[in-house]
Amino acid sequence: MKRATVTGWGKCVPPAVLSNFDLEQVMDTTDEWIHTRSGIKERRVCHVETSDMAAVAGQHAIAAAGLDPEDIDMLLVATCTPDRLIPSAAAMVQAKIGAHNAGTLDINAACTGFLYGMGIATGMIAGGLATRVLVIGAEKLSAFLNLRERTTAVLFGDGAGAVVLEASDDPEEGVLGMELGSDGRLTQLLTVTHTGTEYPPEAPPYEERTIWMEGREIFRNAVVKMAEAASNVLEQVGLTLEDVDLLVPHQANIRIIDATAKRMGLSPEQVYVNIASYGNTSAGTIPIALTEALEEGRVNPGDLIVFVAFGGGLTWGGAAVRWGRRTKPVNASDAALPPNEKTGLQLLAARPRT
Amino acid sequence: MERSEIETKMVDLLVEELGIEREKIAMGSKFEEDLEVDSLGVVELLMALEDNFDVNIPDEEAENISTVSEAVDIVAAKVNG
Repeated sequence: MKRATVTGWGKCVPPAVLSNFDLEQVMDTTDEWIHTRSGIKERRVCHVETSDMAAVAGQHAIAAAGLDPEDIDMLLVATCTPDRLIPSAAAMVQAKIGAHNAGTLDINAACTGFLYGMGIATGMIAGGLATRVLVIGAEKLSAFLNLRERTTAVLFGDGAGAVVLEASDDPEEGVLGMELGSDGRLTQLLTVTHTGTEYPPEAPPYEERTIWMEGREIFRNAVVKMAEAASNVLEQVGLTLEDVDLLVPHQANIRIIDATAKRMGLSPEQVYVNIASYGNTSAGTIPIALTEALEEGRVNPGDLIVFVAFGGGLTWGGAAVRWGRRTKPVNASDAALPPNEKTGLQLLAARPRT
Repeated sequence: MERSEIETKMVDLLVEELGIEREKIAMGSKFEEDLEVDSLGVVELLMALEDNFDVNIPDEEAENISTVSEAVDIVAAKVNG
């Protein structure tokens, strides 16, 4: 059976920064309140669409793998904020990057979407359905923020990250094991209201649309489920916490990350955290964090990396990945978003329907 | 379980889990005003209580806790209930 191993990685964080101090000007909040409860200092707001960020991150990942877009035979985009309902963001990305030999599919598992994408890619590679899969996590959650909802509007940001997973015969490296879970009975704990088929044209105005979350219940479930997923995955592959070199968790809230690491018995040095700069970019957080961990030299050849995520659904997942020999990109890409002149606050104010 | 035993363990958890100075903690201390524990801090404490006392404290019940003494009450009721 073929292993799926990560050969490329990349990210796209839009240039416009929205700091906690910016948010103080447009809603009832303070930098101190946001930072102590979430660890977030600033986030990015995208001036273009989800597929644009996804395409840039994807091109960086393909270049890092030393491949051309035509080499990709499956293109997955994990997102809950696609540009449109049809076509998929993945099909839009395919056209933008010229990955014309790929099948395309979007995945919505909210913040766990990227790990679900990795799981689908790993299974397709193991089953012989694909050999080079581009998995992208991309979100433009700024489109759904409601500035009157002070407990959620401050938490989310825009961004995208991507990896290339390739078939390998080396049993020592790649995705060793995964767990993907869900509890649909808890849908009401985290939801975006006034969207989808529940929202016909005669329904209440878009101003009421918001990301809604039961923060305390989410906190508890997130910590318990992520720690469980990590422990289950390690047990599945015959490894223990002592073997873990780096935990790359979904970046939703520093308090959740700290409590999860503590529950797992990991020290802060074993955990990669970048939430202060980007907030929660949902499916984007893990591939962005992985890319930055590599850029900062936090990943070494042969390292055991554990990924954990948690999100609306509720969904959760864990993955154990043995890194290969290469921690530097083969090629660099000059792909970038189109120029932007606006500030984060200006982009937020210019949103058409909120 | 004796109430005093639960009180001692509660103070230990507040010190260990939430990093509060032991001298600051009294049974009448209010989490938010006196100990600067925010709502997520209370959740963190509840999770530690659940693990340490092997009880289950649902969020609806937890919402009413504002002092250390009230937290002890809930645990005592569960443990001895």
